[in-house]
Amino acid sequence: MDDFTGAFSTAFFMIASLDSDLAGIVALSLRVSLTAVAIATIIGLPVGAALALFRFPGRKTMIVVVNGLMGMPPVVVGLIVYLLLSRAGPFGVLGLLFTPTAMIIAQVLLVAPIIAALTLQVVEDLWSEYSEQLRSLGAGPHQAIPTLLWDGRFTLLTAVLAGFGRASAEVGAVMIVGGNIDHVTRVMTTAIALEVSKGDLSLALGLGIVLIALSMSINAAAFVIKGAAQRHGNA
Amino acid sequence: MNGPMETNGKRILPLELRDVTFEAGGMRLIKNMTFTLGGAGKVFILGPNGAGKSLLLRLCHGLIKPASGQVTWHGGNPKHQQAMVFQRPVMLRRTVAANIAYALKLRGIDRKDRADIVSDVLRRTGLARLAEHPARVLSFGEQQRLALARAWALRPQVLFMDEPTASLDPAATHTLEELIAAIHAEGTKIVMTTHDMGQARRLADEVLFLHRGRLLEQAPAERFFDAPENDLAQAFMRGELLWWRRRKNPLDVPHPDPLDYRQGGVTP
Ligand SMILES: Nc1ncnc2c1ncn2[C@@H]1O[C@H](COP(=O)(O)OP(=O)(O)OP(=O)(O)O)[C@@H](O)[C@H]1O
Ligand SMILES: [Mg+2]
Repeated sequence: MDDFTGAFSTAFFMIASLDSDLAGIVALSLRVSLTAVAIATIIGLPVGAALALFRFPGRKTMIVVVNGLMGMPPVVVGLIVYLLLSRAGPFGVLGLLFTPTAMIIAQVLLVAPIIAALTLQVVEDLWSEYSEQLRSLGAGPHQAIPTLLWDGRFTLLTAVLAGFGRASAEVGAVMIVGGNIDHVTRVMTTAIALEVSKGDLSLALGLGIVLIALSMSINAAAFVIKGAAQRHGNA
Repeated sequence: MNGPMETNGKRILPLELRDVTFEAGGMRLIKNMTFTLGGAGKVFILGPNGAGKSLLLRLCHGLIKPASGQVTWHGGNPKHQQAMVFQRPVMLRRTVAANIAYALKLRGIDRKDRADIVSDVLRRTGLARLAEHPARVLSFGEQQRLALARAWALRPQVLFMDEPTASLDPAATHTLEELIAAIHAEGTKIVMTTHDMGQARRLADEVLFLHRGRLLEQAPAERFFDAPENDLAQAFMRGELLWWRRRKNPLDVPHPDPLDYRQGGVTP
């Protein structure tokens, strides 16, 4: 019990004093996940919109694949990226395994399907509501894409937040492709796993508190967005 | 000043429909329609529920394609010279002003001109004080007026309107009728539907009477309202024409079968 309270107070002290180990891990986590979410958004929005608006061969297959990827366990994604980037794999020459870049790639694969699938849904719904009006005003599906993305902005922002939540919370994929190397690829989740197994609870708890705060902020942001959306009559 | 922008470009009228049919769900919903809309007058498409009025407007406006027959505009670039106000207004998730500016942008109007046109039509439709409100929180009647403002801003040569005053209060209806008259006075051809016979009498110059997907009568408004030639049109004007087959005692059948009239033979 003493051990537990001690770990707690040390954890709070580490956060309050911006302990350099803890701060380094948090910074790397944020850099990896934010970059991954940004890239996943750049891929997911147009792919989702295109799947919603255009009819082309292979469209249905792609929708099934995107939805399937959405539920993929992170360790499996990690394994796939590992195989692709390992020395013997097709992209082995790039030497990316066990770098932050490898972790970003894995998280992009985890998050892009979520954003694409939600974009598909949002854009499809808006298009069925708007299509006659937009065509009457002279906009076909191509010109409609930016319009529909903008009008779906509140829901899409929530999707991006959900993606960030998934990216920053997962352990399996970054553990496999990053290798949890101190000061290189050690992020919050992998550090917690390691410290707990070592029995050193204070750093683990400190990181855990930061993760909880992060998750709370994501939900608070989603709440604020929902409120803003309702004020615009978007409910 | 007649507004910041005159209706422009080469005249696209007359509009000619030749033997136009439209089918959906295995049913022929518009049947062999042939007519020409020229001139400047306000055209009213009348007929009972389900007669095909909304479909006909969509066919003319090019939103749906006929199964056979031709819809022909006389010239110019018809796509850019017409606008439509739908039975249910569809507003983008932006402000009132942005909804109008968006339509202008699609027509290639310069950014600097857009603001002038937007404030002009908002002022003339009495929506100026709502300019910065999100369009979708407006009341239904206000959205209906905004839909008209957005269409008017385009200064179309032809403006299609599908029951623009349905579910408006009497004062709002009056205001909208004045707006329609003003738009018409600026040289825009009006083609609209309504179930308000008083409104049709007040505004119409020409009437197309539809029943079960057929055009039964095309006549100058005065003659039509004096004495329609067609029997069904007469029954319609007396308020006796139903879109389902009449029963002796309407209470026998609590819910009229909507398939009934499609199976029933067409009188004319
Ligand atoms: N896509 C469709 N598929 C099948 N039937 C349709 C379709 N669109 C319209 N209809 C049918 O065509 C008929 C004419 O519809 P339309 O909307 O043109 O009627 P309307 O004259 O505008 O009636 P109202 O006065 O009620 O607005 C209706 O019976 C309707 O159910
Ligand atoms: Mg209708």
